[in-house]
Amino acid sequence: MVAATPRAQWLARILGASPFAAATVLLLASALVAVTQGTAAIPLPTAIAMFLDRLPFVTAPADVPEAWRRILFEVRLPRVAAAGLVGAALSYSGAAYQGVFRNPLADPFLLGVASGAALGASIAIVSPLPVDSYGFGWVPLFAFLGACVAVLAVYALSRRGGLADNATLLLAGIALSAVASGITSFMLLTGGPKTFPIFSFLFGGFNTSTWTRLLLATPYFAIGAVVVLLQSRALNVLQLDEEQAAHLGVDVTRTKIIVLAAASMIAAAAVAIAGVIGFVGLIVPHMVRMVVGNDYRRLLPLTAMLGAAFVILVDLVARRVLAPQEVPVGIVTEILGAPFFLYLLRRRGSAGSL
Amino acid sequence: MTAPLLSVRDLHVRAGGRLLLRGVTMQVDAGELVGVIGPNGAGKTTLLRAITGLAPRERGSVDLDGVAIEARGSRERAQSIAVVEQLPDAPPTMLVAELVMLGRFPHLGLLRRESARDAEIVHRAMSRAGCGGLAGRMIGTLSGGERRRAFIARALAQEPRLLLLDEPTAALDARAQAEIFEVARALAEGGAGVLVVIHDLTLAAAWCDRLVLLHEGAVIASGEPGAVITAEHLGAVYGPHVSVLAHPATGLPLVVPAASAEVRLPQARRA
Repeated sequence: MVAATPRAQWLARILGASPFAAATVLLLASALVAVTQGTAAIPLPTAIAMFLDRLPFVTAPADVPEAWRRILFEVRLPRVAAAGLVGAALSYSGAAYQGVFRNPLADPFLLGVASGAALGASIAIVSPLPVDSYGFGWVPLFAFLGACVAVLAVYALSRRGGLADNATLLLAGIALSAVASGITSFMLLTGGPKTFPIFSFLFGGFNTSTWTRLLLATPYFAIGAVVVLLQSRALNVLQLDEEQAAHLGVDVTRTKIIVLAAASMIAAAAVAIAGVIGFVGLIVPHMVRMVVGNDYRRLLPLTAMLGAAFVILVDLVARRVLAPQEVPVGIVTEILGAPFFLYLLRRRGSAGSL
Repeated sequence: MTAPLLSVRDLHVRAGGRLLLRGVTMQVDAGELVGVIGPNGAGKTTLLRAITGLAPRERGSVDLDGVAIEARGSRERAQSIAVVEQLPDAPPTMLVAELVMLGRFPHLGLLRRESARDAEIVHRAMSRAGCGGLAGRMIGTLSGGERRRAFIARALAQEPRLLLLDEPTAALDARAQAEIFEVARALAEGGAGVLVVIHDLTLAAAWCDRLVLLHEGAVIASGEPGAVITAEHLGAVYGPHVSVLAHPATGLPLVVPAASAEVRLPQARRA
């Protein structure tokens, strides 16, 4: 496989031999940096020793303050894990939506899927349902239903006689986002004592991350990711156009329904953990495409790994930039992502092709 | 008697309230290169789309090897029928080799890995279509003729028994047009059936074994080129704008702009 654009060829030469190895190194490095940095800085070697100590059959020197142990394993690690999962989920679902809509601007945030999921999650929170029933989380399920309604609406609205062009797709997404976040804000004003967690759905962030919330949403990501990955060769063919894909033997309607549903599960997992975080699904898949090309069998796993690294690092910035005060991650991704979005919009013109 | 490779009977297709095809009956045998001619809007592309099952039929049947086309799943159908659409779109950064490998999709499905045999088929398809040297080029950097050949190579990689080409020579120079038809001819000689939609009547007469002349969704004439391309048939379809001559060497029909009492060509006026 050759790099997608000549400009990215130097990058490909560095990563080219093994993009997966490069992505793994990047992901581990960003996770390690993120767990050691904070109000109480833990030296990197100590942190590594503490992790090694947790492994079976390994005993590392463990004369570290108990507070550090608590900070590392109960505060920072769940937060970094949540950021990683959310980053992976947003990027992965972005890449999948881009494949179905055949449009590089399709992203859970711009499509209105994230707002739909946030509305679903907010409904679950103000409802009398418990957080989980026997390990089954209601919040991710409602987020998934919200995401499905949103993606179906966008799909129906933007589709007139074939392919959705940029303008229609984005306008439909904006309109849906407006409706969904309007209702969510209304619930915030009227919802009484249960409304605090809804804030995080509107702004997006990891300050409320817990292992429970993470574990309840993970199955949605895992199942959705496997389902999309199984369709990756059909997504490769869909890069042509729907007529060609049909002539090559892809059941176009079936593929689109499967991938849209699975991508919405993945996006819902991200929203259930961290609320609405924009543009990640736009930035990361685009970068990965530039380096490894458009083969979804490589694109999807690499997108997940680099998306995880990206959001872990963005969350680190969000924690540290005004420390001890925190900036919601969604604000940081918007500041980074909006110019990138404008660049893509300008460069692509009105064409829908990837 | 063995069934023809492709048999279309009494095909009616309606779209948006308009009857696009009204009772088309035709067939393509294995080893045959058949041309579909007719003016814009005659229903030529609709005929191709109905053969692959994309245009919904109102009435009539399409059989491949004597089996109704709808009896096959979409993948199974794509194993036998390959299509090169009129203006196929592909991401500009996709490599020619990647595009041609997509032609193996119907044989591989979602999960099977590409084998050395698939790579060999792709390689052969590219050299047969005359784009073996373009494997590492991006689609966006190709000329019109190279681009057409890349898509034909993808169709060949499907190893089809029936190849449908929709105006494969439009906007190509004379040499590139001939090269495309050489590929189609070679495929037919290898035992496949080829059905090609084409506007250039002289080219159609020169290369095709048989022609089908469509007008307003119905077959006006079909048979050997000399029997289809006649002044009478063309007059009924194209009006008084074309004349039919005989090629001085081959005797095949040549279709040229008409100069008659009704139609005056500017150059003729000057003379």
